[in-house]
Amino acid sequence: MNAILHAYEVTKEEDMVEPLDYNRRSRMKNFDKCFKAEITNIIRLTEMEKLFQLRMINEDDKNRFTFLPGQFVMLELPGYGEVPISISCSPSIKSIIELCIRKAGKVTEALHKAKRGAVVGIRGPFGTHFPMEKMKKNNVLLIAGGLGLAPLRAPMTYVIENRADFKDVHIFYGAKDPTQLLFDYQYEQWHRIDDINLQIIVEKPDELWTGPVGLITKLLDDIAIDPDKTYAIVCGPPVMFKFVCNRLKDMGVPMQRMFVSLERRMHCGMGKCCRCNIGSTYTCLDGPVFDYWSVMNLKEAI
Amino acid sequence: MNLIQIDAQSWAKGIEKLKAVYRTFGPKKEKNDLEFKELQAGELPELHFQNTRMSPKALVYPQTQAMFTYSLDESREDCRILKEVKRDEKPQAAIGIRPCDALAFKLVQRNFDSREYQDVYWINAYEATTLVGLACDHPCSTCFCTSAGTGPFGEEGLDVLLIQQNDTLYAKAITQKGESLIQAAGWKSAAAKDAAGNMDALKTKAESEISAFVETDKLKQKKIMEIYEAPFWEAETFSCINCGTCTFVCPTCWCFDIQDETHGKSGVRMRNWDTCMSPLFTIHASGHNPREHKYERVRQRFMHKLKYYVDKYNDGIQCVGCGRCIRSCPVNIDIRKICNKMNSFDPQSCSCEVASS
Repeated sequence: MNAILHAYEVTKEEDMVEPLDYNRRSRMKNFDKCFKAEITNIIRLTEMEKLFQLRMINEDDKNRFTFLPGQFVMLELPGYGEVPISISCSPSIKSIIELCIRKAGKVTEALHKAKRGAVVGIRGPFGTHFPMEKMKKNNVLLIAGGLGLAPLRAPMTYVIENRADFKDVHIFYGAKDPTQLLFDYQYEQWHRIDDINLQIIVEKPDELWTGPVGLITKLLDDIAIDPDKTYAIVCGPPVMFKFVCNRLKDMGVPMQRMFVSLERRMHCGMGKCCRCNIGSTYTCLDGPVFDYWSVMNLKEAI
Repeated sequence: MNLIQIDAQSWAKGIEKLKAVYRTFGPKKEKNDLEFKELQAGELPELHFQNTRMSPKALVYPQTQAMFTYSLDESREDCRILKEVKRDEKPQAAIGIRPCDALAFKLVQRNFDSREYQDVYWINAYEATTLVGLACDHPCSTCFCTSAGTGPFGEEGLDVLLIQQNDTLYAKAITQKGESLIQAAGWKSAAAKDAAGNMDALKTKAESEISAFVETDKLKQKKIMEIYEAPFWEAETFSCINCGTCTFVCPTCWCFDIQDETHGKSGVRMRNWDTCMSPLFTIHASGHNPREHKYERVRQRFMHKLKYYVDKYNDGIQCVGCGRCIRSCPVNIDIRKICNKMNSFDPQSCSCEVASS
């Protein structure tokens, strides 16, 4: 992880982000090294998003499949294709993998029609992760917009489970309107956790909405942080990165301590098909988690 | 290495012998062009040509390749289970491949045989292939191999180099693989002592016929962002129609797509060549496209080949100077011109479009 936090002049791409050796398989035998998983629960979150809880069919796979917050899997539906999906659950619970999926394309539409008990394939996990170890003993800002809560939920549950390791924890989540809020059934639970500042904001409130109204950056107005002792994780649409990260920069948070998760079209997850490249980095190998400094040095990134 | 002399008769005999050991490919006439095709019994590879229309990369990396098959029939036990398609990895030989195209395999190898993940499809096919090169005696006007890391007599990436002089061929084994092929073909008559000197003269002559060059010396020291934001991209790529021809004919383009093709209740997971010229290449399911505009896609192709690759692997450009993209481009976009522009770009001295935009 060290390389990610390292400041540099970007003239040579190999210096940018050292690929992590986490969970890489050497010389794979075939592309079908794929975990078979069963959908055990489908939780409807909004009109467009569902949370799929999966369980490994093979008992051994439960222990073999480990991941770190921020990594993603290739979800595979033979006959439809494969899609990269970020993992939305805690890495500590081995029995269940949760994927929050928006109905957007061919594969996800088919998945939204799937019933409990359906079998899917999972390849991975792939990519870099949020440096949770480094963040310990620091304040943590967890900021998500819209579907960004899906990738953010993994580091978030990690922080909640290891609350004692972190100083102040702020969780900010924003959506267009209350109908688009994800995981609304969990807010009560998160609210009740002692010493976690959870704030939810919407742009267009309905008549029942009593919470704050506006853009997510508004929530940053009300907090006082020590920028030298703060890490931030920002997940959401690309346009949000600019506003939130620039705001954090103005507050004094170094760009190397803000982490974002990028979205790209992918086919292989192994840095071969060349589809997800931003400059000469591959989002699947060198990302999806990048520090904001690197993102600013990668044109086309956001 | 000793030169071996092959006359017309033993050439034909040797090729037939090779067909028993290798699947043998060579340039064959296809309509008005030459393409690499499997040589049938009695067929000889064409040896008088400039270069094939398509690069021979498909020998190792087919344009479309079945990876898995699956069934969607719920009554079957193997329903929705991917089954690996058995691959043909028998030894194969490409006879008459040009040195530039052979070097291209070496460049592509860096992607498919990286330290993180190895692509068994490509690697196994590459390892099973023996490349028998044919030195160029009359390079095309669009060839610029000498400034792209190889030359008409370049040996890197080849297993055997063949040199043609009048009706006689001279063979030079470069690797162990190449020696085995020469043995299998039964070519063994040593060339006359002065042959090596003649070959050198031919090489010098061929190299002197190369009339096009690219300048690549300053690419490495340039800053990515400066070239990326250079003002020439929109103008230089204005005429591009994003047809993707350049990426398909290119021996070093490796991007691919994976698609499930279902017919009734069964299907195949295919891997197909893809092209970064297409807007579909990067579009997300959400509709967001990181490379929305045409010039961004064209820039990506050139930046990848001429800057990102140079930096990432600390080597020369990801181009071997075969000139196919220049010859095939319907709107005359010329990689040599773009490369030279990138190489000589100086943001300080350029105040034109940057200042006004």
